[in-house]
Amino acid sequence: MPAAQANSAHTTRPPEQQLRVASVADVSKTYFMGTLAVEVLHGISLDFYGGDYISIMGPSGCGKSTLMNILGCLDRPTTGAYFLGGEDTSKLKDDELSLIRGARLGFVFQSYNLIQQLDVLENIEMPLFYQGFSQAYSHRAAFQLAERVGLADRIHHKPFELSGGQQQRVAIARALAMDPLIILADEPTGNLDSRSGLEILDLFDELHEAGKTLILVTHSDELAERTSRRIRLLDGRVEQDERMGV
Amino acid sequence: MNEWVFDSLPPAPESRQRDRRSRFGWRISQITRLGVKSIFSHGLRSMLTVLGIVIGVAAVIAMLAVSEGASFEAQQQFRDLGANNILVKSVKPVEVEESSRLGFGPPQAIVYGLTHADIQTIRDTIPGVRNVISSRIVKKNIWHLGNNMNADVVGTAVDYPVSRNYSLRDGRFFSESEMRDHGNVLVLSQEAADVLFPIENPLGQSVRIDSDYYDVVGIMESEGFSNLGQNQAGASNSAPARVFIPLTSSRSRFGETTTRQTAGGMESETVELHEAVIQVEDQETVIGIGEVIEQILARRHRDVDYTIEIPLALLRQAEESALRDQIVAGAIAGISLLVGGIGIMNIMLASVTERTREIGIRRALGARKSDIITQFLVEAVILSAVGGLIGVVLGITIPFFISTFWGMTTIVTPVAPILAFSISAMIGVIFGIYPATRAADMDPVEALRHE
Repeated sequence: MPAAQANSAHTTRPPEQQLRVASVADVSKTYFMGTLAVEVLHGISLDFYGGDYISIMGPSGCGKSTLMNILGCLDRPTTGAYFLGGEDTSKLKDDELSLIRGARLGFVFQSYNLIQQLDVLENIEMPLFYQGFSQAYSHRAAFQLAERVGLADRIHHKPFELSGGQQQRVAIARALAMDPLIILADEPTGNLDSRSGLEILDLFDELHEAGKTLILVTHSDELAERTSRRIRLLDGRVEQDERMGV
Repeated sequence: MNEWVFDSLPPAPESRQRDRRSRFGWRISQITRLGVKSIFSHGLRSMLTVLGIVIGVAAVIAMLAVSEGASFEAQQQFRDLGANNILVKSVKPVEVEESSRLGFGPPQAIVYGLTHADIQTIRDTIPGVRNVISSRIVKKNIWHLGNNMNADVVGTAVDYPVSRNYSLRDGRFFSESEMRDHGNVLVLSQEAADVLFPIENPLGQSVRIDSDYYDVVGIMESEGFSNLGQNQAGASNSAPARVFIPLTSSRSRFGETTTRQTAGGMESETVELHEAVIQVEDQETVIGIGEVIEQILARRHRDVDYTIEIPLALLRQAEESALRDQIVAGAIAGISLLVGGIGIMNIMLASVTERTREIGIRRALGARKSDIITQFLVEAVILSAVGGLIGVVLGITIPFFISTFWGMTTIVTPVAPILAFSISAMIGVIFGIYPATRAADMDPVEALRHE
């Protein structure tokens, strides 16, 4: 599996020796609505290291989601550069971006975004499918991931037969399928009741302890308190970027 | 600056397949599985799409089969008259009829029609004429004991049955010697036999016409086709049953002049021959010889008291009109296929809109544009192929039922199903491409935001 070496580079290293997984350099993003140009991000520069556990917070409209889309290679910055695993994404073709999204990134969405016609196992193995893994291998890997998030007994259920917490765990298993460089989560507990929200947060903690790099966008202080690096955005600028107890 | 964890792009999906052949097969088979799954998960919608194509394909095949059958039937009628034959018939000219009414005193016999001399000339002067079978037709009341009926008594030559593809059911046709001897022999048509001899076997019995008795030597198959020739000549709609006697006997027993009772009084007419079948050696020359006969008769007759019918020419006309019918039928059916195709496009477009979010999710999870295009295209092709197959089966069964229940001739040519199926598959691809590219070109961020 790829990316294993990234996660061995753990937070125990001092910052100057940590391996970079991603960095945004002077990134700005302008949306054009007819003749009106709205600049959402004003020159943001950030480095992300292997094993980081990051929360991005800020009021609505501050550019969190836009930053998240850029980090997820779903959107390109208007100016500035975004490097992912040493690769300048602005130079990549659409197909290569697809490849990177599937292999190097894992997405967890607020509304789970599972495909309703597919069962749990098929949802989990989808990234493997697009990376060209054989059916037999994908099945095995997806089953292990389902076990890891505690859904081994639900693998043939459809998403609508599961609770919100269970659905989000399927989404996390899916995000882990390719063992990505970064797991990007956009308000992962936003649609959950507090108890299942806590379960999800515990799962994130586990992933962090296992050495994964996580970037969470959230409104919840409770979630942010668990993270080791807290970034605050305000009006498209980094207002605060603090590291907790290294 | 800190070091990077990675410096290279992830390997291309195809490269994970062991050998080159499975690289292509892998994607198609995986995506086909995906397509089938999504078709089944949208059951009703898929069914409606398939239905459009089924109706289109079945209509194409069935309509072509029916029109093919109808044209075959029409051509068969002319083929029965003999493609190598030219039919010449006597008709009462209009002017003669007028002039006879002006006369006073006893009715005069109207003289018209083909003569023996005409036939002799045709037989002798035109090369390529194999045989001429001339006939006289006299309306008579024919009797057997108490049974009687009106019939056309056809005085003809021994080759008559051969020349008209007309075969005997029982007994024999009269012979050359009976012809020479002006023999009193008679061949009944099936219809006449049914009326005169409802129970007993007519062979060996005798039939009375006027005051002469004739031996029944044979019975013909039911005619049917010959009505066509009658109608073409403008004769009575329901042709009376025919009986056949030697031409020589007809001349000596009935004479050249026949008298008929009509509303205005007596009407006499003198006609040497009523019809002649001219058999031509080579089918290629039939139409040319027909023109020559036309010229000869035009020179020899003052009035146009004859018609010339060339079954081959009628056949050609029938073929032409059949082709026209087929083009029309094909066009109508083609339109219904097109409508089916637009149905596919419509449903695929609706499905793209409905599944925008799914497309966004798939793109976020690593699907390339080509993966999305293939997925939607595979769905469209599967739908139209399944519809095409069902349509072919239905299109072959419908003509079968039409034949069984309505007795219409239908012919399913192998071209029709192949054509209809490949058109439906093509429509699937063509009308699938646009929705598929639209799905793939969607911005992943926009698609994910879609509710």
